[in-house]
Amino acid sequence: MTDWIIKFLMLTSSIFILLAAVGVLRLPDLLTRMHASTKAGALGITLMMLAASFHFFDSVVMAKSLAVIIFILITAPVAAHAIGRAGYFVGVPVWTKTVKDELINCYDPKSHRLMSGLETEEELEIYRQNLDFKPRIRVKRKDPAE
Amino acid sequence: MQFVIYLTFAILSLSMIIIFVRLIMGPTLPDRVVALELLASVIVAMIGAYAIYTDTSSFIDVAIVAALTAFLAAIGFARFLERGGPRDD
Repeated sequence: MTDWIIKFLMLTSSIFILLAAVGVLRLPDLLTRMHASTKAGALGITLMMLAASFHFFDSVVMAKSLAVIIFILITAPVAAHAIGRAGYFVGVPVWTKTVKDELINCYDPKSHRLMSGLETEEELEIYRQNLDFKPRIRVKRKDPAE
Repeated sequence: MQFVIYLTFAILSLSMIIIFVRLIMGPTLPDRVVALELLASVIVAMIGAYAIYTDTSSFIDVAIVAALTAFLAAIGFARFLERGGPRDD
């Protein structure tokens, strides 16, 4: 019985990872490729670790594989978010059939701050005055004279 | 059981080859970073399959370390891209 569960989990895991790989190869731009790789890859690792914990059926190994699963489920979205954000700033072209890009005029390329696009002129003026007040991310090298 | 494990290794190796094609083709650097991250996922899954194959539970620790390294590499690459280092796609 347990044997069949392990076989099923291993095969499902490998097929999901194959799906992620095919998605990374075939999809048209960076964001869709990330959408394929992150979710299917995380599910593939989860199923493989479940298979390992069923195979060994030991509390220590189960705790370790559960730790791997939780770690993957926490870090995969964080890493995908970081890469997607970096790719957007670098200017990776989106797919030509993309319907909507809501961020296209809302990001300040210098300070990397997000605006809503609905600011009044006074708010924009306050923003421009405080541009070097508290940067979210340091984009230029710190001046050694300061 | 043995046949299923071999089949799993075969499918994982096939997906590694496919990811390598994207890694070489990838038109921009973020595409290659995504391919590298998925490659690390395949490696973690392969370590799990190898732990089942050899019946050695210590390989799960290796999987933990591999996942941690892959996450750190992805974050490092993202920071490097966003801070604007020298780039040559």
